[in-house]
Amino acid sequence: MKVGLFITCLVDVMRPEIAEASVRLLESAGCTVEVPMAQTCCGQPGYNSGDSVAARDLARKFLGEFEGFDYVVVPSGSCGGMVRQHYPALFADDPDLSNRIDALAQKTFELTAFLHDVLGVSSLPGRFAGEITYHDSCSGLRELGVQVQPRALLALNPSVRLTEMKDARACCGFGGTFAIKYGDISSAIVDEKIGHIHASGASCVVLGDLGCMLNIEGRLRRTGDNTTRVLHIAQVLAGTASDAASPSATDEAR
Amino acid sequence: MQVQSMHFKARSGQKLADLRLQQNLKVLSQRWTVGRTNAIAELDDFEATRDQAVERRNRALANLDVWLERFEAQAIARGATVLWAETPEEASRLVVEIARRHEVAKVTKSKSMVSEEMALNRHLEAAGVKVVETDLGEYILQINDNEPPSHIVAPVVHKSKDEVSDLFARVHKRPRLTDIPQMTREAREFLRPQFLSADMGVSGGNFLIAETGSVAVFTNEGNEGMCTVLPPKVHVVVTGIEKVIPTLEDLATMARLLPRSATGQSISNYFSILTGPRAPGEQDGPEHMYFVLVDGGRSGLLGGEFQDMLRCIRCGACMNHCPVYQKIGGHTYGWVYPGPMGSVLTPAYVGLEKTLDLPQAATLCGECHVVCPMKIPLPDLLRKLRERQFERGLRPWRERLGLAAWAFVARRPAIYRPLVRIGARVLGWMGGDAHRIAQLPGGSGWSLYRDMPAPVGPTFKERWAKREAKAPPR
Repeated sequence: MKVGLFITCLVDVMRPEIAEASVRLLESAGCTVEVPMAQTCCGQPGYNSGDSVAARDLARKFLGEFEGFDYVVVPSGSCGGMVRQHYPALFADDPDLSNRIDALAQKTFELTAFLHDVLGVSSLPGRFAGEITYHDSCSGLRELGVQVQPRALLALNPSVRLTEMKDARACCGFGGTFAIKYGDISSAIVDEKIGHIHASGASCVVLGDLGCMLNIEGRLRRTGDNTTRVLHIAQVLAGTASDAASPSATDEAR
Repeated sequence: MQVQSMHFKARSGQKLADLRLQQNLKVLSQRWTVGRTNAIAELDDFEATRDQAVERRNRALANLDVWLERFEAQAIARGATVLWAETPEEASRLVVEIARRHEVAKVTKSKSMVSEEMALNRHLEAAGVKVVETDLGEYILQINDNEPPSHIVAPVVHKSKDEVSDLFARVHKRPRLTDIPQMTREAREFLRPQFLSADMGVSGGNFLIAETGSVAVFTNEGNEGMCTVLPPKVHVVVTGIEKVIPTLEDLATMARLLPRSATGQSISNYFSILTGPRAPGEQDGPEHMYFVLVDGGRSGLLGGEFQDMLRCIRCGACMNHCPVYQKIGGHTYGWVYPGPMGSVLTPAYVGLEKTLDLPQAATLCGECHVVCPMKIPLPDLLRKLRERQFERGLRPWRERLGLAAWAFVARRPAIYRPLVRIGARVLGWMGGDAHRIAQLPGGSGWSLYRDMPAPVGPTFKERWAKREAKAPPR
C-alpha cells in the first residue's frame, strides 16, 4: 500500500520529529511511505483569511502531488479537514476538477483515523510510559470526527494511563491567525484549557494538531510551567517521545 | 441601535480585564452548556428532529413571500392589523404612530431583540411615551441607565446577583436584599402597578404562524401575558419577517428544539399562541392587535450565500458554547446580536465595513455549528464574510501583504524549500538553549502572551532527503 505523507508546513519546520514518528507508525503497519518533496502548504491560512484564489491554487498543487497514492496521510486534523472537507467545497462548481478533488478527499486521512479506521492497527512499534491527558483538536474532532481513534490507539499501550480532562473537546484558543490578531482573547481561552490540563493531574498533554501544540506549550512555558509536556499523538504512539524537545527531556539530557 | 462594533478590540481588552465579568460568564460553560446537553438527551431522536426543523425552516424561507402573505391574510381575518417596515427606523415610526393613534401614555414591553434593532424605547420616549421593560433581565438593564443587553436570551448574564442587589437598593430605595426570591418579589411589586396602568403592550415574536395568523411567544416569567392580554387596549408585536412558519405543525417541531437549545428546558414556563384581538364574547385579549414586521436587511440574505442564517431561531446556543463569547461577553460585539450568530448577522444588517473584527474574531472551532438546532454552518458563513472582506480590500495592508507573500512562496517549491530551511535555522538560533522564542518578530499578538517553542535541528524534508539518499534503491 503506497501512502503519500503530507507533512504539513508547521511540522516540517517546527517539529520534524512528528513526521518521523508518523513514518515509523505507517511503516511498521506495513505501508510504503513516500514524501513528495515539492509539497508546501495545504492552503488553509489563505482559505481562512478569505483568499480563496490562493487556497484553490494550492489545492490544485496538492492534487497534482498526491492523487497518485493509494492513500494520503496527514498528522494534523486541521490540514486533514482542509483536504477532506474544504477542498471539495472549493471545487464544487468546477466540473473539470471536482471529481478528482472528491476522490482525493476520500482517500485522505488524519493519521490516527488512518491507523485505526483504515489499517485497523492492533500493535504499536514503540513504548511510552506515563500519565497523559488528551486534547481533542477542533478540526480533527468536528470536521473529521476524530475522537475514538486516538484513544483506542493509546489503549493499545498498557503503560499509557489516560485521564480525561474536563472539556477535552473545547477549543484551546489557537484558531490560526486568530491567535495573533486577538492574542489576548486567545490566551484567555488557552488559560482555561491549561487549568483543565493541570486539574487532570496528568504530566503530559497529548494532541493531534501542531497549532494547538504550539499554543498550549507556548502558554505553559510563558506562565512558568516548565514540566508539563506537550506531545503529538504520533510521538506517543510511535514511542519516540523521549526524543522530543520537551523540557523534561532536555532536563534529563543535562 | 447604534453600531459600536468598531471598538471590538478595545472593548475585548476591557472585558478580559474585568474579573467580575469573567466570573459571571462562567455560568455559560459551567451551567448552560450542560443544561442543553441534558435537555436534548430527553428527545428520542434529537438529530432527526433537528433535520426536520431545518427542512421546515427551509420550506418557509424558500417561499417567504407566499407565507408572509398567507400570514397577513389570516391575521387580518382575525381582526389584527399587519404593517410592514423596510428598516428598523421605519418600524419604530410605525409603533410611535400606533401609540399616538390610541393616545398611549405608557407601554409595557416584554423581551424583543428586534425592538433593540429599532431602538424602540428611545423613539417612544422621544414621543413622550413612558416605556417599562417587564422581563426581569431587561428591567434590570433599563433601571441601570438603559444598559444594552449582552445576550439574546439572558440579557443580563454579564451581571452577578450582588451587582443586581446593589442596583435594586439604589434605584428602588429599599433595604438591600440578597435572596433571589425576595429580590424578584420586590421587582414584581414595582412592575405590577405598571402592568395595571399601561395602555399598550409591546412584545416580540418567536414565530409567526401563517395558517392561523398567530404569533407564538416563549417566555419564562409570565410578563408577556401581563403585557399582551391583561389590561392594555393595544398589543403590538414587533418581529422580523423571517420568523414566519407555515403551520402549527411546524411550530411543534420548533418548540421541541428552542427551549432545550436555549435554556436547557423541555419547554419554557410560559408558551403563548396569540391570535387576533379580543373578539365579541371573549373574556380577554387586547382591543387592538398590530403586527409590525421588520425587514431590516433580512430580504437581502434571501437567495444568497447567507440565506442559511435566516433559519436562526434566536436560541443563543451558539454564544453559550462559543469559547470567544465565553471570554468577552456580549457587549464587545457592539450591536444587538453577539456571538457567532451576531458575527454573521451584524455585518449583514449594518455593513461589513463597520464590523471588520466580527468575522475575524472567531477560532472557527466549529462548536457553534455542532450545537445549532437549525444546523446553520456558522463557521462557513464567517469564512465567507472573510472572503468578502478580502475581496473588498477591507483588511489591513500588512495582513494582505503577508498573505500575498505566503501564497507566492507556497506556490513555488523551488523558493519555498530553501526559505523554510533558513527559517528553521533562524528560529532554532533564536530559541537558544531553552528552545523558546520569547519575542517573535512581527508577532507581538503571539509573543505578548506566549513563548514560541523553537525548532531543533533540520527540517523534516532535509532529514528525509538524507534517509532516501542512504536507502538502497527500491
